[in-house]
Amino acid sequence: MAVSVKNLKIYYQTLRGQVQAVDNVSFDIKDHEILGMAGESGCGKSTFSNSLVLLKPPMKFMGGRVELDGESLPLADFRKMNEFRYKKISLIPQYAMNALNPTRKIGRMIAELLASRGVSFSKISRELDRRLKLVNLNRSVMKMYPFELSGGMRQRAVMVIATLLDPSLLLADEITSALDVSTQKAVAKMLVQFRDMDLVKSLVFVTHDISILYQIADRVLIMYAGKAVEIAPTKKITKEPLHPYTRLLISSLPDVGVKYSERRLAGIKGRPPGLLNPFPGCRFKERCPVRFEKCDKEPPLAEVSENHQVACWREVGNNG
Amino acid sequence: MGRYFRRKLLIYLLTFFAAVSINWMIPRLMPGDPIRALIGRAALRAEAADKVAEYFSRIYGLDQPAWRQYVNFWTSLFKGDLGISIYLSPKPVTQVIRDSIPFDLGLLIPAILCSWIVGNKFGAFAARRKRLDGIVLPIWYVFTATPYMWLAILLAYVFGVLLGIFPIAGAYSFAISPSLSISFILNYLKHWFLPFLSLFIVQLGGWAIGMRNMIIYELEADYSRYMESLGAPRKLIRRYAFRNAMLPQITGLALQLGVIVAGAVGTQVVFSYPGIGYLLLQAVMYKDYFLIQGCFLFIVIGVLIANFVIDVIYVIVDPRVRHGMGGETA
Ligand SMILES: Nc1ncnc2c1ncn2[C@@H]1O[C@H](COP(=O)(O)OP(=O)(O)OP(=O)(O)O)[C@@H](O)[C@H]1O
Ligand code: SF4
Ligand SMILES: [Mg+2]
Repeated sequence: MAVSVKNLKIYYQTLRGQVQAVDNVSFDIKDHEILGMAGESGCGKSTFSNSLVLLKPPMKFMGGRVELDGESLPLADFRKMNEFRYKKISLIPQYAMNALNPTRKIGRMIAELLASRGVSFSKISRELDRRLKLVNLNRSVMKMYPFELSGGMRQRAVMVIATLLDPSLLLADEITSALDVSTQKAVAKMLVQFRDMDLVKSLVFVTHDISILYQIADRVLIMYAGKAVEIAPTKKITKEPLHPYTRLLISSLPDVGVKYSERRLAGIKGRPPGLLNPFPGCRFKERCPVRFEKCDKEPPLAEVSENHQVACWREVGNNG
Repeated sequence: MGRYFRRKLLIYLLTFFAAVSINWMIPRLMPGDPIRALIGRAALRAEAADKVAEYFSRIYGLDQPAWRQYVNFWTSLFKGDLGISIYLSPKPVTQVIRDSIPFDLGLLIPAILCSWIVGNKFGAFAARRKRLDGIVLPIWYVFTATPYMWLAILLAYVFGVLLGIFPIAGAYSFAISPSLSISFILNYLKHWFLPFLSLFIVQLGGWAIGMRNMIIYELEADYSRYMESLGAPRKLIRRYAFRNAMLPQITGLALQLGVIVAGAVGTQVVFSYPGIGYLLLQAVMYKDYFLIQGCFLFIVIGVLIANFVIDVIYVIVDPRVRHGMGGETA
């Protein structure tokens, strides 16, 4: 098991209280696996991926455990985490297009970054060239400033930078969201290639667009309001989704080619609840078409069949 | 790059023309008449006063219609002639200004540069060091919030009157005349110290707060956050942030240096220090059109040169500006 996340709780400490952005989330990722993480805006996807690399206020570690290759990550210890950052866990952030220092040439920034992490630039230089080619970037971008590149190019540059030290776990946060459909596919394929070539061992591919996951994810995790509500292999979850939210999500998918964000989740009425002191019970109950009395208690994430976990009283524990 | 600077130059010329024209107009809109004010001091009899006034008006060209005066003003300006000062008659304005400029520069350039350097260093150092920041920030705020006059008078009172260490008026003692002797230089420095210190203190807080806020802003920017996510050490992140935070500070510095000639009216009034600021105040009091125009002309030229310097510096230090100039790479 490359990665195991157990009961992870990450809250935001605000003046008005705690925002329960990642609440008791548990799952595993195997070696060479691409796990797709999908859910509406604000459900805690970025909070999850950021917390694994940079957990600092207002983000707060409230409990849980994350293991990487058998080692427990010292998430709350900023200093100790530095051994893992970049070398073992790396992030392509949602803000990838602004992630580079605007007044440094990209090549020089990389050299300085690597030097600061004790890696020699000259040793890695040939590998860097090879990877730039993989993402269709010319070597000349190394001599350019970030603003000389298009948004998509900048993002691919960040992809190369993030994976330069062959991390065990790569978190790719919404890297396709700002791109047009054909580029989305190309970028997603590049990441699959990175995995196939063993440049990254496991990959969490975060998106609010479930349709892109059909093409690249081995398994899919659906998040809703800070909770993991369903996890299953991609085929399974598309053919027989169990959680009412997943069902609505999949049935509301637009035809291929329609830009997703424009018609997002048209089929689900209402909005997700605020995560500042959320109500007890199932967090989907306000919008759930099949809720019943039991839903005022919180449903556990339980295995309903092999490799298929759901957090819904309709599917589990109906007899308990 | 040539095209960029040519366009800038044109803008500067237009600005210069407009600003100088406005400066010509403003004193003439002030109530009262400079000649009458001058003669008023002489306490002449009424008829004599009228005669004298007529005479002086002709000499200074103030009897002509406004448009003529305006044309005359530009023609003589091109010849480098700013007219004769009314209040310091018959000294030419150019000479009056030339005499006071060294005192301005000698006082303001060190004060601005020192406060800028020290303020930036301390501001950057204190930013994001919680305990230090908590102590130092209120001090900076007190410094900037202190009314300048109040501070200057306080310093003059404590060091000049109570302790008697420093003189509180003039740029040097009346008894000696300017020369390059040791005794003159010491005398000059003694007179220079309090005005310098007051300017230094008042500006220090502003620079420090500005730098502190800019650094915090840069440290919160996405690129800093990403460096942190990749485990880059604090030192490298701060180095990037510092460099990027310096850009607006450089603009600020150049602007300060630009208004240098007018920048210290307060100091020069409190310490009777003979710079352009002091001169301008006198000129306004006596409605000395020509001297006011001359002083303003220097201020305008100063601001424009400063802006030009900013443009050049930015082209050198900020790659974004450099590349905004028609796609040419430097
Ligand atoms: N700095 C913060 N302080 C307080 N609350 C925050 C902060 N950042 C995020 N949140 C809250 O945490 C929740 C999860 O946010 P997060 O950014 O993880 O969502 P997301 O799933 O990545 O959404 P998106 O698809 O829009 O990127 C949201 O309800 C958000 O309002
Ligand atoms: S637990 Fe109840 S409210 Fe929640 S999804 Fe299942 S049926 Fe709906
Ligand atoms: Mg996000």
